[in-house]
Amino acid sequence: MIRIFALLIGLFFSGMLLLSFAIGAYTAATETVAETAEHKFHKHAKAVSFAHDGPFGKFDRAQLQRGLKVYKEVCAACHSLNQVAFRNFAEIGYNEDEVKAIAKGWPAETPSVDPETGEASSRPAIAADKIPSPFLNEVAARAANNNALPPDLSLMAKARHNGPAYIYSLLTGYQNQPAALLKKFPDSKTGEGLYYNPYFANLNIAMAPPLNDGQVTFDDGSPNSKAAMAKDVAAFLTWTAEPKMEQRKSAGWAALIFLLIFTGLAFMSYKAIWADKKH
Amino acid sequence: MSFPWAQVYAPKNPVMQWVDERLPLPRFIYNAVGAGYPVPRNLNYFWNFGSLAGAALMIQIVTGIILAMNYYASTDGAFNSVEHIMRNVEAGWFIRYAHMNGASFFFIVVYIHMFRGLYFGSYKAPREMIWLLGVVIFLLMMATGFMGYVLPWGQMSYWGAQVITGFFSAIPVVGEPMRQWLLGGFAPDQAALGRFFSLHYLLPFVIAGVIILHVWALHIPGSSNPTGVHIKAQSDTVPFHPYYTAKDAFGLGVFLIIFVAVTFFAPNLLGHPDNYIPANPLSTPAHIVPEWYYWPFYAILRAFTVDFGIPFSGFVIIPAKLMGVLAMFGSILLLFFLPWLDSSPVRSGNYRPLFKKFFWFGLIPCILILGVCGVMPAEEPFVMLSQIAAAYYFAHFLIILPIISKIEKPLPLPNSITEAVTGKPLEMPQTAAA
Repeated sequence: MIRIFALLIGLFFSGMLLLSFAIGAYTAATETVAETAEHKFHKHAKAVSFAHDGPFGKFDRAQLQRGLKVYKEVCAACHSLNQVAFRNFAEIGYNEDEVKAIAKGWPAETPSVDPETGEASSRPAIAADKIPSPFLNEVAARAANNNALPPDLSLMAKARHNGPAYIYSLLTGYQNQPAALLKKFPDSKTGEGLYYNPYFANLNIAMAPPLNDGQVTFDDGSPNSKAAMAKDVAAFLTWTAEPKMEQRKSAGWAALIFLLIFTGLAFMSYKAIWADKKH
Repeated sequence: MSFPWAQVYAPKNPVMQWVDERLPLPRFIYNAVGAGYPVPRNLNYFWNFGSLAGAALMIQIVTGIILAMNYYASTDGAFNSVEHIMRNVEAGWFIRYAHMNGASFFFIVVYIHMFRGLYFGSYKAPREMIWLLGVVIFLLMMATGFMGYVLPWGQMSYWGAQVITGFFSAIPVVGEPMRQWLLGGFAPDQAALGRFFSLHYLLPFVIAGVIILHVWALHIPGSSNPTGVHIKAQSDTVPFHPYYTAKDAFGLGVFLIIFVAVTFFAPNLLGHPDNYIPANPLSTPAHIVPEWYYWPFYAILRAFTVDFGIPFSGFVIIPAKLMGVLAMFGSILLLFFLPWLDSSPVRSGNYRPLFKKFFWFGLIPCILILGVCGVMPAEEPFVMLSQIAAAYYFAHFLIILPIISKIEKPLPLPNSITEAVTGKPLEMPQTAAA
């Protein structure tokens, strides 16, 4: 009885699937799927390597500091970094006084309440504060950005496939819309207030090209071409997304070495115990 | 039940004697996983995965309890509380990554455990109850995993919850009210998050309870083995301890090496980047995909594209969406009937030439194809591939298996495990018959 029911159910499901397949195959054979500009012209992130890549990779502290400077002077005008506190900058090589100075001199102030009147106000940031957002709220952010919302950057390096390379590619990938694209998809002209960037998912991004050669001057005279700054800020955002990466990798090696020894001993005792048993 | 030659617990230590007389817990352990449990001597490494699944559950429970100490189940606090764990809680990044990847590794070992059961016929008499309880555990795991994925309240959490609870709305008439009742609202929100957190904490302990029944049921007939031949004499077996405790310790070491390698060096390998974007009910991700362990089932869900009804009249009896939901649940529920669908008296696939071909060249490739199609966008050729693979999946269990178990001519079985291992026939001790 079970087998007869099973046969009927199996015939029904498999039959409906084969029917779906036949109709799908007929549709695929008779109708061509319209290509989209995103399909044809979207590019995968450029290959770029960082000091922190690989199982032994460590952050390049000088690069992170340069990236912080680029973030502070360029990105922070629109993008928040709300998971990161000023005190965290001690981890990228600043001492206590430097951290305090960075907090105090930050372009945006920390929202606060006037102790006298209770009215909303702001005060200079201290080391314990999270980095203040450039805008008070989403409405203010959209109003200042042509109705686009600049996303928070704390986790950007993990929130996109191949994040660090994606950030680097996006920042250096602005170009004029290819003539071939406009010829093939005349309706896909980049709209008003948008910029063509083949590394962005739908090719048209609301962010104006943020970096220009020589825009930020580094204290140590490091190269400040657009590509160099993009790479520095991509490294910095990798750190903001994964600040414990170095602890993670070193703990991983310790755990692996322990486990290799444990497993080796376990294998030897397994073999010793089974030595007299054929199996 | 146990075998007459099973060693009997006889503690020499007076403390253990004292305890055993008052509460025979040491005896219970001894008979469950100690020298008191005789096990076939010929188990291969596929038999390691039961104990590995138990270890994976323990990793999940321990890391999960610690996470719950710092997690905040609120729609505006959940995402940030997870980041707080990652950044500010001492070793929180390790606990969180271990829990996140632990879920994946739990499913990996359970899938291998299940395919071992499928290939070696572990579901057959007298072990049907072990199999049935195993399917219950698998269903509970799927529910627990889904609810856990919602908790960080990222984009995939939110939209995954939206899609999965949307299954209920495919049920005619009562579906939509039922969905709203389950969610406590029109869409996933604070009510749903609170429920999911509570249930996500509860269900692992239910799983642990069902595992106790699963292992209890296992100890009635004893473990199966790669030949599928019954245990006949003491020389067919070894005591669980030290033989299989040693082998399981080695297996655990290998498992942990792979687990640690992924957790510490590629912790986001098995996750989706969108879940590092906070949930936004107003912005739908381009492709909503569940966690990898649901991909084959997700592909079955989406494979149904044609309504079932009276042709050319426009009268629909079962809409395609409902059929997809029924088929997706059906693809797991049919496992409950497996012991009665496969009527071949031979357990092990090694001795079933026809079954073996369908298993390796039909079932396994189809499930892998379904897995790939489940993560791909619903475009050709993936939809057509998933339709063929899903059709085979149902046909395999519901049509092919019942038929081949009738017509197949199995290879000759060894007379005993001892013979299969040593090549010498089993010498039955004279006393065994008495």
